[in-house]
Amino acid sequence: MRESIRGKVAILGTGLAGLGHAGGATEQEIIAKASRAAVHDSGLRMSDIDGIITSSLTSPWWVMRMAEYLGIRPTFSDSTMFGGSSFIADIQIAAMAILSGRCRHVLVCYGSNPRSVPSSSKLNEMRAALDPQPYEHPYKPFNPVSSYALAAARHMHQYGTTREQLADVAVAARQWAAMNPDAFMRGPLTRQDVLQAKMVSSPLTVRDCCLVTDGAGAFVLSATAPARDLHATPIHVLGCGHAHWHRQISCMEDLTVTAASESGATAFAEAGLKPSDMDVVQLYDAFTINPILFLEDLGFCKKGEGGPFVSEGRIAPGGELPVNTNGGGLSFGHPGMYSIFLVIEAVTQLRKQAGKRQVAGAETALVHGNGGVLSSQATAILSTGV
Amino acid sequence: MTTGDESKAGLSVPAQEARYFESLAKGVFEIPFCVNCERWHFFPRTCCPHCDSEHLEWRRPSGDATIYSTTTVHKPNGERYAVCLVDLAEGPRMMSTIVQADPDRVRIGQVLRSTIEVRDDGPLLAFTIVGDQA
Repeated sequence: MRESIRGKVAILGTGLAGLGHAGGATEQEIIAKASRAAVHDSGLRMSDIDGIITSSLTSPWWVMRMAEYLGIRPTFSDSTMFGGSSFIADIQIAAMAILSGRCRHVLVCYGSNPRSVPSSSKLNEMRAALDPQPYEHPYKPFNPVSSYALAAARHMHQYGTTREQLADVAVAARQWAAMNPDAFMRGPLTRQDVLQAKMVSSPLTVRDCCLVTDGAGAFVLSATAPARDLHATPIHVLGCGHAHWHRQISCMEDLTVTAASESGATAFAEAGLKPSDMDVVQLYDAFTINPILFLEDLGFCKKGEGGPFVSEGRIAPGGELPVNTNGGGLSFGHPGMYSIFLVIEAVTQLRKQAGKRQVAGAETALVHGNGGVLSSQATAILSTGV
Repeated sequence: MTTGDESKAGLSVPAQEARYFESLAKGVFEIPFCVNCERWHFFPRTCCPHCDSEHLEWRRPSGDATIYSTTTVHKPNGERYAVCLVDLAEGPRMMSTIVQADPDRVRIGQVLRSTIEVRDDGPLLAFTIVGDQA
């Protein structure tokens, strides 16, 4: 029997650093800045942190390196790699650690600097060698783009989803980004701009793909009782779910159905809520097909209806459902793995600190992270109250 | 206890990848078939992902397949090629490519026939288009 974590843990402070172009700062430097901001915003000192979760696209020693850098001697730590979904999957791990008494305050942190310090071809080769895919690599997919392009092509074939509908996801993201001073790309973007941009892996153009920027983010989780003492507006975790069904796109059974259908159902069941209860929704938009798939799999619309659902401004500012209110990976920024920024934006909205892009009356939020090539899916439901 | 005849099956660990590509180099397309549940799988493993049995044999699929999805990669140097997910008639799905066709004319649902391409970096299982719809 699964023991519910509903309302038992809460997010305290959050921190951001090195967004866009970090000017040559190292990954550890920007993560440390974001972490320090998150810990101080939590009403804590770094010496109060006894749990830490982080992961890296490069170093398998990352949690030990970050704990060393920050001067933390954790009684609980974890560094499992779930790709870009990691930092939402980590909410569940942190909650289990706190509720089983392993630690009191967990720092979840991540950052990377691929824009100011692009990966050398040698480093990219090393990463490929450490995660060999000998049955895909010989066909030279331009991954991750090609894997998502295969999913988009199948969705278009099966459900009549159009390139225009995909483009509308990018247009909506840019309209939100225009109201976010922290977003990397804020200029106007039209449907035609997306369609006529350079093709990368059909049907996806470069504007169907997330940005490559620097950036670091961090947040602190604690049990609800201390969280209420420490912070004026703790953000409660009402439900979590995590599922992964494959690693490689050729092992995905149905390219139009992701494991979000499982992670989302688990999170909603734990929260005792349903999609129509969500005031704001933050979905990992590494590519424009992603929000379409996730809105379907999470139950915001029926399977196959994601295309019409995202078009004509429905997820843009002023639309029926506010999605990716910071501008998303498509326009806010995307430093390798993104889901920590989904959590931070949801918390910012629920605290009514989102400035011009604030969604009025936002009391509940869904955050959904994706990792690998639609491989790992993690969902959490957050709320201002229990 | 396993019921498999390891020497007959030839599925020694961890040589699955070598076995698959060595076979292709000899002009033979073979993938694992599970004697226990009578299902094929790909990529090759040391135990069946359907039923967990180690009683596996390398067998030749028919070579008949259909395109499940396809994308055309556009390289900065102007090179274009198709990357496809192909469903074998026997069930397994694999990544592959289509030879002797403009990548932009490759369509989901097209009927395929396997072929083995010999390239500088090794043998490659590929497909040709033999019909428009299954």
